[in-house]
Amino acid sequence: MTVIEVADLRKAYAGRPAVDGVSFSVEEGEIFGILGPNGAGKTTTVECVEGLRVPDSGRVRVAGLDPVADHDKVTRILGAQLQESELQAKLTVREALELYSAFYDRPADWRALAERLGLTEKLGTRYAKLSGGQKQRLSIALALIGSPRIVVLDELTTGLDPRARRDTWQLIEEIRTSGVTVLLVTHFMEEAQRLCDRIAVIDRGRVAALDTPSGLIRRASGSTVISFTPSRPLAPADLAGLPDAASTATDARDGRVTVHGSDVTVNAVITLLARHHITAHQLRVSDATLDDAFLDLTETAGPQGAPAAAGPESATDLNGASA
Amino acid sequence: MSALTLSPATGAVLKAEFTLFRREPGSLFWIMVFPTALFVVLGSIPTFREVGEAIPGLRLVDVYVPIAILTALLMACLQAMPPVVTGYRERGILRRMSTTPVRPGSVLGAQMALHGVAALASAVLSVAVGRLVFDVALPQQFLGYAVALALSVCAALSLGALLSALSRTSKAANAVGAAAFFPMMFSAGLWMPVQTMPDVLARIMELLPFGAAAQALSQAGAGDWPDWAHLGGGALWAVVLTAAAARWFRWE
Repeated sequence: MTVIEVADLRKAYAGRPAVDGVSFSVEEGEIFGILGPNGAGKTTTVECVEGLRVPDSGRVRVAGLDPVADHDKVTRILGAQLQESELQAKLTVREALELYSAFYDRPADWRALAERLGLTEKLGTRYAKLSGGQKQRLSIALALIGSPRIVVLDELTTGLDPRARRDTWQLIEEIRTSGVTVLLVTHFMEEAQRLCDRIAVIDRGRVAALDTPSGLIRRASGSTVISFTPSRPLAPADLAGLPDAASTATDARDGRVTVHGSDVTVNAVITLLARHHITAHQLRVSDATLDDAFLDLTETAGPQGAPAAAGPESATDLNGASA
Repeated sequence: MSALTLSPATGAVLKAEFTLFRREPGSLFWIMVFPTALFVVLGSIPTFREVGEAIPGLRLVDVYVPIAILTALLMACLQAMPPVVTGYRERGILRRMSTTPVRPGSVLGAQMALHGVAALASAVLSVAVGRLVFDVALPQQFLGYAVALALSVCAALSLGALLSALSRTSKAANAVGAAAFFPMMFSAGLWMPVQTMPDVLARIMELLPFGAAAQALSQAGAGDWPDWAHLGGGALWAVVLTAAAARWFRWE
């Protein structure tokens, strides 16, 4: 069953399109990732799902409800973790959890949530005194406190150390196991690859690709990476002639060769080496990562896609909305 | 105001905001302690306790009770409240609340209620200290006094809400609040009671919300029903300021 439906969503700020025809649908119980460079329109897209922004055109439905017209009903089934939103500086962790529990008819047990997110020892600490990671964990707890059917997490693990990040990933998997649908905005490839069932790559306000993580990797050119250190240098012409090779590079320091290509390229490299009686030291053949696929899919925008993209995600968005 | 029909969620917001309010010793001092303290200091000056020529039949200390009350109101609504509300918007607290079943308006309502009640408590303190320490008569026209006070609270809260609406950051709200505070205090008569001002100046001050309030409170204190012009002026200001605040307030 489809729980989130976004069809041809468009939103512009001061005439500049931030989201320019985005469509995707999220199935119940899925972890759906939204991946993209800074300013690609990720946050604007999920804010339309949360009902915080009114789309210029297009259709957004959350469990069949319009997030703007049926805002009240949507808030009861959708938990949100916003990018760059804070709490009252002098509110303690316990008070924040109690306060947000009171907003919902059937809240989750906040003590269990605090325990799960490692906040139990910080219950008496004021928000302003928490570390960045603790604030982030509290904000995740508050997104889950209403026992939502759907949870939207924007930049979930930003500011967390590697251990806390892994713990959080495990928590997200547990949430999904309990039947909650997760919409995850991220720029961490490892996080997307590990957690997401499907990913929409958004670039300059459009969906550049929508697939499973492994599907995205396969789709990228040069999805197989071959690297080795030849016993003597290879002729550039030989390397350039490799079939299916998306790129070849030779490290100037140690002469190590890295080739992005396909299985055909692997065979050709081995044949080439055999023909010239060259030994390949430390030969490695590996699949490309989501990182490579991501760069490949969003490459046309240039580094970071910054100048072409529609402004920084949070600050400008807010100005745009109040204009 | 939705805060009047207290759902459990709104009650929780009010409780949390009350807890936070108690953690602001600076605001508590300026709202609850300072106005009465100032009044006590002025009242300790012997000439303030003598009936002078400026105001027939009244001592200055009598006149300063309503001024202390208006000081508390303006401290609460212009100095304390706008930076809090603006900060909540600036730091995304109102926005975060928009994603829950509770409307962010309940936070605003809670802030206005708390600051209004704190100012009223301070008013009670001023009247009590005036009566007990300086033998200032209790308000003779009690209903008129209550009506004038209620209108003053509405005008001050709506002015504070307007300042919160117009300031983008809590720093700006601090500055704008301070800039508005002094002229408003002047019109309320902190430096020179409206009754002692030259006629033309007094007429001008009576057109301003707190000048009208000061006059209405003095009249009710002396046992007369306040002039409808003063009450009407205060009510008009409250309506206009509320409309302006509602027109320009932004949640994010």
